[in-house]
Amino acid sequence: MDPGRWSYVAVLGFVLIGCLWLEFALRTRVLVRARRLFASMVVPVLVFYAWDAYAVASGHWTFDPGRILGIRLPGGVPIDEVLFFLVIPLAAILTLEAVRSVRGWMAGDES
Amino acid sequence: MTYTQLGVLAVLLVIAFDLWAVRTRLVTRRLFWVSYAIIVFFQLITNGMFTGFGIVRYSGDAIMGSSSPDAGPPPFVGDGRLAFAPIEDLLFGFALVLLSLSCWIWLGRRGLQRTPISGPPIWRRAPTEPDEGP
Repeated sequence: MDPGRWSYVAVLGFVLIGCLWLEFALRTRVLVRARRLFASMVVPVLVFYAWDAYAVASGHWTFDPGRILGIRLPGGVPIDEVLFFLVIPLAAILTLEAVRSVRGWMAGDES
Repeated sequence: MTYTQLGVLAVLLVIAFDLWAVRTRLVTRRLFWVSYAIIVFFQLITNGMFTGFGIVRYSGDAIMGSSSPDAGPPPFVGDGRLAFAPIEDLLFGFALVLLSLSCWIWLGRRGLQRTPISGPPIWRRAPTEPDEGP
C-alpha cells in the first residue's frame, strides 16, 4: 500500500504519542480502568459516527482517497474516522485525569 | 443542515446532557475548563494537520468560510478558518470532548471502576507508600 494512505492514521499516532505518557508520568490510571474507558466511548462513537455519515452523505466534508486507508464502513464513514472517535475521547480523558492528578480538583465522581 | 448549524446544535445538546441528563455538571467545574484549554491547544495542531495537508476537505456550502482549495492549503487564519481548519471544528471538538468526559465521570459516579483514582504524579510520593528506612 502507498505509505501516503497512512497519513490520517499517522496524525492519530501523533495524538497518542502526545497523551499516552500521562498514564505513566501522572499515574492517570485510565488504561487500567479499561471497562470504564470503553464504556465511556460507546455514546460518543455512536453519536459522532451518525454525524459523520450525515456529513459525508451531505457533502459537508470529503477525504483524500490517497491519504486514508480506504476501508469504508456503512454510511461511507472511513475506518480512519472511527479510530478518531476512539482516540480523541481517550486523549480527553487522559488529559482530565492528568489535571486532576496534579491539582486534585473535584470532578463529580468522588464517593 | 449546514455544518455550522449542526455544530451549534451539538454544543447545546451536549451541554444539556452534561447539566441535566446525567448531571455531571462538568461545565461548572474548573477541572473541565483547564483540561479543555489544554485539549483545544492540541486540537488546533491536530486539525491543522488534517486540513493543512488536505487529508480532509470542507465544502463552502456547509461552513461559514469557502471550500478547501483543490491545490494547496486553505488560509491559516481568516475566511472562517483557524489553523487551516473551519472554526466549526471547534464546536465539533467541544461537543466530542465534553460528551466523552461527561460519560466518563457519569460511569465513575455510578460505580464503574471509580477506583483506582488518578495521581499522584511520579515526582510526588504516593500517600499510601510506606516510609523508607528504619
